[in-house]
Amino acid sequence: MDTDTINAIVLFSNFILVPGMTYGAQLALGALGITLVFGVLRFANFAHGDMMAFGTMIVVMITWWFQSLGITIAPLPTALLALPLAIVISMSVTLLNDRMIFRYYRKKRSSPSTFVIASTGVMFVFNGIVRFIIGPDDQRFTDGERFIIKAREFKKMTGLDEGLSIKVSQGLTIVIAIILVAALFWFLQRTRTGKAMRAFSDNEDLALLSGIDPERVVAITWIITAALATIAGTLYGLDKSFKPFTYFQLLLPMFASAIVGGIGNPVGAIVGGFVIAFSEVIITYAYKKFLIYAVPPGWAPDGLMQLLSTDYKFAVSFMILVLVLLIRPTGIFKGKVI
Amino acid sequence: MSASRPHLNSNRRAVMAFTLMAGLLILVGFAQSWSVAMVIFNLGLISAVMALGINIQWGYAGLFNVGTMGFAALGGVAAVLVSKPPVPEAWAAGGADLGIALLIAGGTLAAVIIAYRRIPKGPMRTIALVVIFVAGYTVFRPFFDPAVAAIEAVNPASTGYLGGLGLPIILSWVVGGLFAAGAAWVVGKIALGLRADYLAIATLGIAEIIIAIIKNEDWLTRGVKNVAGLPRPVPYEVDLQQNLTFIRVVEWLHSDTLAALATDARMARLDSFIVESSSIFVKLCYAGLFSVVLLIILTLSVRALNSPWGRMMRAIRDNEVAASAMGKNVTKRHLQVFVLGSAVVGIAGAMLTTLDGQLTPGTYNPLRFTFLIWVMVIVGGSGNNVGAVLGGFLIWFLWVEAEPVGVWLITNGTAWMDAASPIRAHLMESAPHMRIFTMGVILLLVIRFHPHGILPEVVKREDDK
Repeated sequence: MDTDTINAIVLFSNFILVPGMTYGAQLALGALGITLVFGVLRFANFAHGDMMAFGTMIVVMITWWFQSLGITIAPLPTALLALPLAIVISMSVTLLNDRMIFRYYRKKRSSPSTFVIASTGVMFVFNGIVRFIIGPDDQRFTDGERFIIKAREFKKMTGLDEGLSIKVSQGLTIVIAIILVAALFWFLQRTRTGKAMRAFSDNEDLALLSGIDPERVVAITWIITAALATIAGTLYGLDKSFKPFTYFQLLLPMFASAIVGGIGNPVGAIVGGFVIAFSEVIITYAYKKFLIYAVPPGWAPDGLMQLLSTDYKFAVSFMILVLVLLIRPTGIFKGKVI
Repeated sequence: MSASRPHLNSNRRAVMAFTLMAGLLILVGFAQSWSVAMVIFNLGLISAVMALGINIQWGYAGLFNVGTMGFAALGGVAAVLVSKPPVPEAWAAGGADLGIALLIAGGTLAAVIIAYRRIPKGPMRTIALVVIFVAGYTVFRPFFDPAVAAIEAVNPASTGYLGGLGLPIILSWVVGGLFAAGAAWVVGKIALGLRADYLAIATLGIAEIIIAIIKNEDWLTRGVKNVAGLPRPVPYEVDLQQNLTFIRVVEWLHSDTLAALATDARMARLDSFIVESSSIFVKLCYAGLFSVVLLIILTLSVRALNSPWGRMMRAIRDNEVAASAMGKNVTKRHLQVFVLGSAVVGIAGAMLTTLDGQLTPGTYNPLRFTFLIWVMVIVGGSGNNVGAVLGGFLIWFLWVEAEPVGVWLITNGTAWMDAASPIRAHLMESAPHMRIFTMGVILLLVIRFHPHGILPEVVKREDDK
């Protein structure tokens, strides 16, 4: 392989592969929560983004507290240390929320629309609480080492023109996402409770007949969702920054991921997360430099070679969502089976 | 439905609720200022129209549309495109190429649709669709990009867009309704077959796409550079303050107060009266225009709901299968009601931009423009048009007043704290965010304990007569 090809590959990895993988993993973790709630409780949870913001806010505050005490785990970010405690808190809040709000409608067997409206109420409440406690502005809570590989070091090491940089937050996101997904699938496939959850999602009446306790299944679903949401939110916050409104906006790509993959299907949520993330990155990347390396000299184009301007990043996920709804409404994997 | 509240009672209930609402506004007039009360009233009128639009979709037909923001923004675009003068230089610079580009886009879209319909399902169709789309896009960009660049280069600080038609802005209320209706037709064609919460997600996303387009297509409405200084349908304060008749009327209205003062003090006092009155007069003019629109739409909505068409809509809402077995075309009726409701939202959106006097795409936020409207409909009483109007006023009032009340509560609630306490300072700063929290709590309480809202849907039965 000549240098130009390698340069093109490095460029591609640096601007598309690594950011796409990271964002995809974050979306996948968020979409898993949405899909689990949809599978078991049978409604689209509009409060998911703000629950994520809430969990992340707890992480941020515990991180600040640890930092003020001088407790750090450099080179890793302190936020990782704050995560377990924050997860426990957001699990409790989520369970309390279910008990106070959603259980009533479950008992009444209300329509999905009623649940969705209730979840928008919860969305407002969480959004208000987060803004009230931590404010609407950007918050920084990263510390420790920032990069695994810096672009400059990479260039020096390899002698290439193009650099590859991988942030600690990006590495962490991918590693943690792999561990979590493996654990979740082990839980769903191998444990009694996991099997009960799948059975409940598959056929509620049959599951009830077999003696599965629905309240327990629901409680476990919320616990897992809260944990996933808090972790996903923290990883996103470490990677970019923590701003409550951004988390509300993440709701849209997360929904898109869940639906594109096939809602109610965990594998679908993960695949959907990566499909959405990579489409956003690929469609809004300017390929000019990449093509200069990739095509023979003289063939390189004049324009930026960008399919859509970066401002349309969020809209891309929805265009894909609309396309999927049109062509294959059940998503890539047939939805609605855990 | 509301067996405990017989039909006869509902009129009295409505009158009571609206009297209380008026009382609240009058209270604001005395406690804060009449100007503040008028601002709340005007936006309450617009909110009421938006809530009516959502009520038509949700209350009549059970369609879960959370794309209100997008349709309202289309109304805003209409306000700009109708009222702003055209920019001939921009048209000369890029108008022709842009026209060709848009023709290509339309042609591609038409070709995609024809291919989709003509070619039977299978890989062949997918390939054909992709080929047409890619070809269309490749031809489109070389016309579109230079045209946009040329248009946006024309005096970018003040124009940089094609401008509008230079017509009276009030026409944009109709045009805004048409824009929204057109968009709703397309959205409805795509999304209306979906289950309720899928439709919600799809409309939420489509609203975001509409906002993204408005924010980024600078050639159309200047994007995030905003369009300010839209012409008004009502007089300007400055002109009123110069108008002799207006001055005389103000003088006559306050003649008692003025007569008691010495000449110098009287002139100063008269000036302040004129400034204040001109601002209130302008707001009253808006209020008059908006009230006319609200009353027209409300009357039409009430009549439609009580007509055979309205009964059919409710029958479809309550049992789609039964209604379709009776020979009703559910899909068509859904599309119709979706278009109608969105058009009403579009009208309200155009009215809002007219009142603001500017289009600021960055301020369109789903919490304020979509979910708040939903709170209005549900709190007011879904399925009841008068209820939606009441909800519009009441929730807008609470949304605005939650802020000063929150600040007041926290100021007094933390009075025992040290004035320099950082916790107190933080709480004071956070007080305005209380309103989002309050809205959530109101919504949750209403759907739990009073799910039919303040003015529940009136179900007329044969034996009621």
